[in-house]
Amino acid sequence: MPLTDSLRNDILAAVPSLRAFAISLSGNADRADDLVQETLLRALANIDSFQPGSNLPAWLFTILRNLFRSDYRKRRREVEDAEGNYAKTLKTQPSQNAHLEFEEFRGALDKLPQDQREALILVGASGFSYEDAASICGCAVGTIKSRVNRARSKLAALLYVDGAEDFGPDETVRAVIGGSGG
Amino acid sequence: MKDLKSQASKSTTPGKGGLTPEIQSRIGHQLRAMYDDVVRQGVPDRFAELIKKLDTPGGTPQDQGNGGPNDNNGRD
Repeated sequence: MPLTDSLRNDILAAVPSLRAFAISLSGNADRADDLVQETLLRALANIDSFQPGSNLPAWLFTILRNLFRSDYRKRRREVEDAEGNYAKTLKTQPSQNAHLEFEEFRGALDKLPQDQREALILVGASGFSYEDAASICGCAVGTIKSRVNRARSKLAALLYVDGAEDFGPDETVRAVIGGSGG
Repeated sequence: MKDLKSQASKSTTPGKGGLTPEIQSRIGHQLRAMYDDVVRQGVPDRFAELIKKLDTPGGTPQDQGNGGPNDNNGRD
């Protein structure tokens, strides 16, 4: 379909969540914005192939996800390097405790396999249905479900040590647990 | 790590797996907090301008955008 004003507005409206997705995937704000830019250019160049009435955010997320994955293979090492970079993108500096907690969460998220991380973000943060997430990732719905479950279990194990009798704001406990890896 | 693996394989059943609801919701909360923090930043200027500039696919210059020769009736 042609790029109407309303379609352009819809694309614009999707930009904040595209950025959030890109940052969650890559852990690097600069790279995330490059990804979003490339996604938008590609979307606009291929706007004719967008079916009116179909899910625009899902279409855009699919483009971004595929760009990221082709890029990711080339730059895996850099991605792993970028751990901790994300916090610098925050507008408001979180308090010290929240900041530690955030870094820990970000670090754990980065430890997930790529497939699981993207599934968890799409379903748990972007708010896509399992069906939409499956179509974005090009896999079966059941596969997405099991990836999300495995992602959650792994995060829980990394952050709260499976049972986690107390997972309150008790940094000491978690520092002891998580600190041994250095 | 071994402990982690056995836990992960146990929890492939659909639903909560081995996770308590508290941990589930805590993970969900942190995930969304991280994500929404970026969403709240809105649309950076560079993207707003990019989308505005590109009126037509392929960058074909065209007056006022509405002048497409194809079926354009009924849109707005």
